[in-house]
Amino acid sequence: MDPFVRLTAVAAPMDLPNIDTDRIIPARFLRRPRESGFGPLLFHDVRFDATGAEQPDFVLNRPGHRAARILVTAENFGCGSSREMAVWALLDHGIRVVIGPSFGDIFFENCFKNGVLPIVVPAETAAGLRQALAARPGTTLTVDLEAETVTPPDGVAIRFEVDGFRKHGLLTGRDELALTLEQMPAIEAFEARRRVEMPWLG
Amino acid sequence: MAATGLTLFEKIWRRHVVTEGPGGQSLLYVDRHLLHEGSTHAFGRMERKGLAVRRPEACLATADHYVPTASGRGEIADPEVRRMVADLGRHTERLGITFFGRGEPRQGIVHVIGPEQGATQPGILLVCGDSHTATHGAFGALAFGIGSTEVEHVLATQCLWQRKPRVMRVTVTGVRAPGIAAKDVILAIIARIGAGGGVGHAIEYAGPVIRALSMDERMTVCNMSIEAGARAGMVAPDETTFAYLEGRPLVPRGAGWAQALAHWRALPSDPDAVFDREVTLDAADIAPTVTWGTSPQDALPITARIPDPSAVGDPSRRASMERALAYMGLTAGAPLAGTPVSRVFIGSCTNSRLEDLRAAAAVARGRRAAVPALVVPGSGGVKRAAEAEGLDRVFTEAGFEWREPGCSMCVGMNGDLAAARERVASTSNRNFEGRQGKGARTHLMSPAMAAAAAVTGRLTDVRTLA
Repeated sequence: MDPFVRLTAVAAPMDLPNIDTDRIIPARFLRRPRESGFGPLLFHDVRFDATGAEQPDFVLNRPGHRAARILVTAENFGCGSSREMAVWALLDHGIRVVIGPSFGDIFFENCFKNGVLPIVVPAETAAGLRQALAARPGTTLTVDLEAETVTPPDGVAIRFEVDGFRKHGLLTGRDELALTLEQMPAIEAFEARRRVEMPWLG
Repeated sequence: MAATGLTLFEKIWRRHVVTEGPGGQSLLYVDRHLLHEGSTHAFGRMERKGLAVRRPEACLATADHYVPTASGRGEIADPEVRRMVADLGRHTERLGITFFGRGEPRQGIVHVIGPEQGATQPGILLVCGDSHTATHGAFGALAFGIGSTEVEHVLATQCLWQRKPRVMRVTVTGVRAPGIAAKDVILAIIARIGAGGGVGHAIEYAGPVIRALSMDERMTVCNMSIEAGARAGMVAPDETTFAYLEGRPLVPRGAGWAQALAHWRALPSDPDAVFDREVTLDAADIAPTVTWGTSPQDALPITARIPDPSAVGDPSRRASMERALAYMGLTAGAPLAGTPVSRVFIGSCTNSRLEDLRAAAAVARGRRAAVPALVVPGSGGVKRAAEAEGLDRVFTEAGFEWREPGCSMCVGMNGDLAAARERVASTSNRNFEGRQGKGARTHLMSPAMAAAAAVTGRLTDVRTLA
């Protein structure tokens, strides 16, 4: 996983609430191998028409937002299916940060496992950012994970919070599995206790 | 300091903490891990890294998402689909994991077979790389869906890093009227709290209406917790739970049963337990419910009219409704009942169990399907039990198709799809854009309501069919 420290990039607004992971990547693409690249599949059925041509109205197809590496969303972005390919599609397309009032819980976890930073901000803050981005396509935001700030061009930083565990994971791109394997003595002790307390579970 | 009582959730959580990490994260121990074809990405990564599965005996795998449901068990035509199913078989064999593959009599939807085999038990922590894993919470387990990286992590370590969610109690008071299904109850709950209302929460369903539900019904309710944003949903175990479990293949017997039972009886939330949020619904307000939009929260009584976006003040909500109505091909103000449907799907991890099929068959009996209707039992066990009661004949005589077990048209990965602009009356859990096929329009409802739509060719209040 590539570490995430700081990013200045174009941000694109997505105004609809409850954008589900089926919309982020339709189910028929999930059987593809990871190496095949999921970027072209991102938002596939709303981004392209039946002939494969770009839908000109879709935000990531508009001239000022094509280069977006940050999305600013509405409530409950990434709800629904647990498919991690939704994050793979965002990542492969170049999106490293998603900012919104709330996210689907499983999607939120999947982001951290892949080096994508989901940032929770109050609904009014997200709405204000979306309006600003829509009014001036091409606007960039600077996201600084170390400082936990999002800074628009006006220079007034928006604070956000990420718990220390997840923050450290993103900053270092660490292998969480290796970290857990260091806990093996604790896991083995737990298993020994569990065999006594709940023997019927095997 | 006065000790306060603990919730069911808190009791299970505390029992599973291996160690505390920084940032409020806990390393939790996983008792049961259910796997399906979607897990093959994780198996593939583990194979490349040379990682072993820590406890193969804690895993149970089945083929459900990609398996064809048409009768006959010939080779799967699509090479990519064939590979997904074959790879799961290869990896589980390599790793010593029990696998119910295609043609295995116990094969079925992962959230149907877990309970059926007794793998799902009260008080356990159960995960699966599928968002409908909350289904298993019906037994008083903590069960939630995880992503592919987490699947790999659990396979390798039997543990998972998690931040403790808040706990919401949803209490359903009163008495359920005749003709009101568990599906109507959960759709009404989702409509009330919203598709994002449960984000960051585990839900405990409580109250007399929930207590009176059968296990099949509780599973329907818990199954759709994720459609309200909650990763986990649960019901405290009681005599209904224990009666369902006793004698199932993976449930302890003899002294083990007595010991387990004593543990399970201590699980329900203490009377003075405090919840982070409380929501109460009166069952008297719940009617047969159908969705009209593209989010499960877009649910209304069948007697209602299609809502008018122009009457909504919030611009974001209005835009969302307008888009949903355009996608669904519906007109604001028109009655929901009477809307013509193109096909009907009865199945999915929400509604493919024996009681679901009985409810649908009771409506289909002696009638004739007006549109193509697919009935897909949740497992080989459900299928055989339904056939023993003659339900298959009821369906086929009414012109419904009786299929082999699998996820089928809930997600369409196996090719069971609706065409663009086709309107589907479906007992599944998601009416998202494109969920049942690109451009397909989904209305969620109970099995009885879906059968009523099949025999009339329209969205129909099942209570009006004499």
